[in-house]
Parts: sequence; structure tokens; C-alpha cells
Amino acid sequence: MTPEPHPGSTALVPLALVVNGDAVRVAVPAERTLLELLRYDLGLTGSKQGCDKGDCGACTVLLDGEPVLACITLAVDADGRGVETVESLAKGQKLHPVQTAVVNHGAAQCGFCTPGMLMSAKHLLDGSRTPTREDVKQALSGNLCRCTGYTKILDAVEAAAREMAEARGGD
Amino acid sequence: MATDDEPHPPWRIGTRAPNIRSFDAVTGRQRYADDLTFPGMLHAKLVRSPHPHARIRSIDTREALALPGVHAVVTGKDMPVKYGIIPWTQDEYPLALDKALFVGDAVACVAAIDEACAARAAAAVHVDWEVLPSVIEPEAALAPDAPRLHEGHKHGNITKSVQLSFGDVEGEFAASAAIVEGDYFFEGTTHGALEPHCAIGIWEPQGVLTVISSTQVAHYLHRELSRVLGVPYDRVRVIQPPIGGAFGGKSEPFDLEFCVAKLAMVTGRPVKLLYTREEVFYAHRGRHPMKMHFRLGATADGRLTACDAKTLIDGGAYASFGLVTAYYSGQLVTAPLRLGAYRLDSTRVYTNKPACGPKRGHGSVQPRFAFEVSLDKLADRLGMDPIELRRKNVLEAGERTVNEFIIKSIGFRECLDRVEQASGWKEKRGKLPFGRGVGVAGSFYISGTNYPIYPNAMPQSAVQLKVDRSGRVTVFCGLSEMGQGADAMLALIVSEELGVDLEAIRVLTGDTDLTPVDLGGYSSRTTMMAGNACLRGARDLGTRIRAVVARKWECPARRVALAGGFATDREDTARRIEIGEAFRLAEAELGALAAVGSYDTPKDVHGDYRGGTIGASPAYSFTAHVAEVSVDLETGVPKVEMIWAAHDAGKPLNPMLVEGQIEGSAYMGYAEAILEEHLVRPDGLHRGPSLLDYRMPTSLDTPHVHSMLVETADPEGPYGAKEAGEGPLHSTIPAIANAIFDAVGVRIDTLPFTAGKLLRAMREQREKGGG
Repeated sequence: MTPEPHPGSTALVPLALVVNGDAVRVAVPAERTLLELLRYDLGLTGSKQGCDKGDCGACTVLLDGEPVLACITLAVDADGRGVETVESLAKGQKLHPVQTAVVNHGAAQCGFCTPGMLMSAKHLLDGSRTPTREDVKQALSGNLCRCTGYTKILDAVEAAAREMAEARGGD
Repeated sequence: MATDDEPHPPWRIGTRAPNIRSFDAVTGRQRYADDLTFPGMLHAKLVRSPHPHARIRSIDTREALALPGVHAVVTGKDMPVKYGIIPWTQDEYPLALDKALFVGDAVACVAAIDEACAARAAAAVHVDWEVLPSVIEPEAALAPDAPRLHEGHKHGNITKSVQLSFGDVEGEFAASAAIVEGDYFFEGTTHGALEPHCAIGIWEPQGVLTVISSTQVAHYLHRELSRVLGVPYDRVRVIQPPIGGAFGGKSEPFDLEFCVAKLAMVTGRPVKLLYTREEVFYAHRGRHPMKMHFRLGATADGRLTACDAKTLIDGGAYASFGLVTAYYSGQLVTAPLRLGAYRLDSTRVYTNKPACGPKRGHGSVQPRFAFEVSLDKLADRLGMDPIELRRKNVLEAGERTVNEFIIKSIGFRECLDRVEQASGWKEKRGKLPFGRGVGVAGSFYISGTNYPIYPNAMPQSAVQLKVDRSGRVTVFCGLSEMGQGADAMLALIVSEELGVDLEAIRVLTGDTDLTPVDLGGYSSRTTMMAGNACLRGARDLGTRIRAVVARKWECPARRVALAGGFATDREDTARRIEIGEAFRLAEAELGALAAVGSYDTPKDVHGDYRGGTIGASPAYSFTAHVAEVSVDLETGVPKVEMIWAAHDAGKPLNPMLVEGQIEGSAYMGYAEAILEEHLVRPDGLHRGPSLLDYRMPTSLDTPHVHSMLVETADPEGPYGAKEAGEGPLHSTIPAIANAIFDAVGVRIDTLPFTAGKLLRAMREQREKGGG
């Protein structure tokens, strides 16, 4: 039985994508997942690996504005597209309203699900001005949390929605 | 009049301050073990047994070692020292030495330049197996001719068997007007923390070993690494970074920690090992399946007479905490209600499955289910309201339980009142339409186990505090922050005592080089033990600082309050200085400012019979839940509509964080009641080691939990505080079971309460009733 060469010698695929607003050029093995690209090649460790196979939602990022599970998305699939991770939510010193709400409601305990949860919440809040509690539950239903029982997370996202609606004022 | 003992009225305690760690959590800045990398770091993979029970004839590592990129392979022979969290029952090797005891038992570990290469190398390790007969069911493990898992173990396949009796059990049963007797089965479940276990080993050439690990017990890991690997105790450092949940699943040493350490020592390079989710299911240490036979009696007016409990505990392949589990399964049903007499008989056995261990509410969640359902049946038999039956038997503060634990504070009566009122119990119980019902249950739990895992006379917890002239305070403690808010708890106490804002407090925990010993994040001990240690150290510092300020102001020290960012004269509040100025005055007069504080438990809180120390605690929390459940009459599908949970955590130091513990506990209890089963097939294969097959509730499944705080002032707890992390889980499951009975009149005494079981029970009831 001939041992395979180690992965360093497999063909690399060049990619050009935009990650959190920055143009990134990188070459990765074809089997690299988007999560591996973010965490291991780009050092963006905010997105988490909880299950390796798309069950837990901790790796949720936005790809061209849509939530995807980065652990079952090939990096190659992100070529030419825009990726947003939890690291993009705060602008300078200013936290996104949903980040502030999670802090103030005690909605993060161990924090491991939080980055993915926040990205699903951001997608909801970007698209819906007045989500109901059911809407919030639906939007977050792909993100498992093992600490909170969800109550305070739902409260926080609802509070953020109200806060954002007020900030928009009469527009 | 203010006294020196009460430096000022509370200003921080009891406030809903944000958790100091949550800012890192929401920005993705919180760095868990797998987020860390080191130059030259290698990646490791474990080789695991495909057989539930098999002897290792030989292991051939040549092909793996020949692969490009592979740096080392270790096997059991490289670490032939047994370990285990309980010193008396050490029965595990870092890698199986002679034989593997379950599908997934680790036998070898490879280190390579990356994860994919390590995985290929692991597949190229060839083990010559001699497959042995296996035993999967606990009854079968007890048979005289059953295959023996631990051949040298003197009690066959029994890890531990406990028989204890308190009071006149048969006499009390004879005096009973009603006795209910039944069999209950609690299926195993697992923790499901979202972060898979991860460890990194680093060897420094001067002979220092560092292991960074997602552990709840850095101190115990420190000891075991030293002993097993033969590295001097003073040359091992364990760092616990933030961990992504644990729930008891990371509270003992695991194969990966020894392997990364050994591989780092062999290769001289940092080595990381991250479990796959599948491997987390093999590491397990989750809730034990328990078969329980309970007999419970009462007089006609509802006085509880005797309880007789016999429990068979399915332990899996290794002892883990099993000695304690056997005791807890019996010892922890004796409050909040007074029992006339009590007998327990608990036996934990080995089976060829992933080892069970402590999951949130270690050992006591299962018997609590049996006990509280028995109570509900008893109430039904006596024609009493189940809440009334409980009220008639509540222990009083200062009383001893039948097994001699001292209850110093108890808010259980108020817990019952609160859930009764909030749920609309009186309007609902027995009065809702068929298919919908409410159920009640109560429980208690320890605020830390009274004794350390290895006998010693040193403190259970200690802190060091450093105050500097910038106005900042740093607190160092070996405790384990795992999301429960332990770091925030320390910051809160420092803030309360020294008057500084939370932003001016640094908390450094979980690093055995930098922090004084705390025994770890288990048994709901942290607020009681580390909190008390911190309170003592901070109060000592505060006393000194107040004395300096008082001398400057020429007033008695009792007039100086450190609160709200200032040192203030309590009798002339216009006279105040910023807290940083007070620190500088103190440093000028006294020199560098630092303090230590430590805590050990009182030794007079339990009986002196053998085993009487296990289950003993400085303080106990109390809980009552009401659940409202509807059952679809055509499909049997149960739906938990709402859970009202009242919890006596003593004085809640931060109500928001305490609520979070109650809600998280009730969620986890709900999950065990309705969805989750950790199952192994008769051939030893895991039924579904993934988060798709193991059904954890989503935001859509989880019922709303209405949490309520019942305040008591516990004399032992810091500011009167008790635990909140585990106690509130206990009541959830029996409350749901009892609600199902109220809804459709059937008892499901086997967990989980699935639609299939309900449909069958309802059909049988119809056939029996002829209707």
C-alpha cells in the first residue's frame, strides 16, 4: 500500500473574495471549507466549529448577505463573493445593536454559539423591521445554544429590533 | 450604626450588571482552545477501537510513521499509568494498554503537520485485535459468568455498591395509610456542550510542560498530568482558556490531554488535538441510565413516612466519578421534604459503552424523577393536592435531613407558593380540558461538595488580589469559568467590597502557574467557595484601605465607605475622594497592596457514618417547578407549553445571571424529558454520535421558562448566596411527567416521554377502562 503524499502537495485553487470588506487573495486545497479558510488561513477565529457537519450553526456566516454554514461550504464556493463574519459586526468602537442587546440581556453564557447566532440575527434584522417572537425563533432555529434555553437570546434580538426601528425614526 | 463588619450598604450585589466576559463573546474575540495556534504546532488524531471489548495483541505503527508529515505515534505502552478522577477507583490508561472497553476507546495517537495528514496516519495504524465477548446491559453485567471489563477489579463488574438505612423503615411503612411502589427508568443523556474538547501540549526545553485544555478541573488535571507523565508537579502548568460549555462533561482528565502532552514531549513541538463531534460522544461522561425501584409511604394526613429506593446504575466502561454517583443517587433525595425513614441500595456496574459521569445535577436528577413522581402518585392516592402534600412535609431551617445533612437556609415553601400562584395552579390542576394539564415537582441541590476529591486539609478555594495606584484591582483565582459567570461573580464581589467599577477590575482565572488553587467548576461550588475566598481577601484589603482613609480624615474607620467609585464619609457624604486616590493613600502608607483569601467548608454539617460526607454541602439550594403540558390525543405528541421555575439561590448576587442558570437548567431538563437519549446498540455501536441524531432542542422546540428568584440569606454563602447552576434542572422532568398525568391520566415512568409511549399508554388505558 503506497502512502498518499501529505496535503501540502495537492493542487491549490486560487481564490479572490471579500471578507468583512477586505479584498482577499488566497490559494487553498480544493477540499478546504469556508470555515477552515476563515479560521486557519485568515485568522478569523470568531466563527466556531461545533459539529463539523452542519448540525449546530456555530459557524454561521453571511455569504453575499445570506446565512450559510461555513463548515459545509467549500471555500471555492466563496470565490468572487462577499463574506461577513462576527468580526464585522462592530464598527470601530461601536457595537451593533444586537451585540449590545446580547450583553445587556445576559444572552451569552459560554459564548460559543454567539457568533453564529448573531449572524443569523443580523440577517433577520437586516430584512425585517418588526419581527415577531415567532419570526425570531424561526430565524435562529438553525443555531443550537446549550446554555441559555434561548429565552434571553430571543429577548435580546427583539430588543435590538426595537432599538433599530427607533434609530431609523420615521423613515 | 455602621460596623466594621458591614462596610457599607450593598451597591453592586443584586444588580443586573452585564457579564464582564460577554463583550468578548459578542465580538468573536473570546479565544477558546481551538482558536489558539503556536509556531510549529502539530496536530494529533486518536486511533479508536471499532470493538466494544477486545484485547490488543499488537499495534503496528510503521506504516503511519513512514507517511510524509508524520512526526510521532504513541500507544498505551508509552503511558502505562492508570488515572481516574477519584483516587480510589483509577481504572483508565491514557491509551488502552491491554484491551479496549468500548467502541471509541482510544488506543493510539499520531502527531502530524496538519489535521488531514494526522487523520491519514491514524488510519494507517494497524491494531491486531482479539475480539472478546461484550456486555451492554447492566443486568447482564451482574451475571456471574458475564465478561469482566476490569480483570483485576475485586468486585467483578460492580464499580460501587452502597447500602444505607436511616430510621425505622419497616415500622414507618407499617404506620402508613398509603404506599406507592413503582419502577422507573431514566435513559442516559449527554452534555452536548457546543465546544468539542480541545487540548494543546507545549514542552519547554527547561523541562516545563504546559497543557492548554478545555477543562473544568485545571487543578485535578495538573495533578494527574504530573503523576501519569512523570513530570514533577512544580513543572506542569495547566491553562484553561474560555470554554464553550461543559455541564460536567469536561470535569475529569481525558485521553487527549495526556496525548498532546506526551506528543509534545516526544516531538519538542506544540501539539493540538481537537475532538470531532463524534469523539465527544465517545468521551461522554454523561448522565447515567438508572433503573430505579421506589417505595414511598404517607399517613392519611399526608406525613411522609418512609422511602425505600433500589437503583441499578449503568456506568459504561470506566469508573469516572462513579463512586460518588452511587452515593448521590441515594443520598440526594432527602430534602426539601422530611422523611420518617429512608433506605437506599445503589449499585453502579461496568458495561462496554462510553463511560458515564457527572452531568448537571450529578447522580441526583434520576432519583429525583422517581421520587417526585412517587409523591404525585401518593397525593393522588390520598386525594390531596400535590402541592399541599409537599407543604405538609417541608424541612425547616436548622433541621437535619433523615441522612443527617444540616439545612441552614430553605426557601422551598416560598418556591411552592410562587409557582402555585404564577402558574394559576388552583384554576388549572385537574380542571383543564382532557389533553392538557399541569404538574408540580420540587428538589434541592448542593452548593459545592463539602470535601475535595483527594483528601487534604488545604483550602477548597483561594484568591489573590492586587490593588495598584492606577485604581485598578486584579483578582487571581484558579476557578473554572465556563459560561456560568464565575469570573463575573468575582468581579462583582471585588466591586462591592472595594468600591471600584467593573471596568477597573481584571479577573485572571484558570491558570495553575498564575492563580492560587481552586478545585474546579463542578458540584455547583464556585460561588460558595471562590466567592467566599474572594470576599475574605477583598474585605481584608478594604479594611486596610478604609483605615488609611479614616486616619487622614481623623474619623473612625466605620464611617468610610468604599462604593460607587469613591471613598465616602458615611456621616458627611460631601467628603469623598476617588477610589484611585484612596488606593494611592493606602499604598503610600502601607506599601504594595495585596491580599489573599481562602475558603474551606465547615466540618459539622453531616453525619459521621461511612458515606455521610458524600452529598454534604455548606448550603443547599431549593427549587419548585410547575409545567403545563398538552398532549395531542391522536398522535400522542406531548408539548410543554410553559415552565414556571422558582429557585432559592439564597441572595442572588446578579439576578440576571441567576435567571440564566435557571432558564438553561429548565431547558436542559425539558430536553431530557422529551427529546434526548444517549443510546448504544446491542452490538456496542453508538446509535448516532452527531448533533443531528442526538436531538437537542432548538429555539422552536424550547418552551418558555418563567424564572422566579426566591431570596433567602444563607449564613454560609457569600452575602447569603447559594448555587443556581444545577439545582433548577432537577424539578423540570418530574414536573413534566406529572403534568402529563394531569393532562391525559397516564403515567409514563420511562424517559423520555415520547409520542409512541404516550399513545400506547393512552390506548391501554382506554381498553382497560372500556371507553
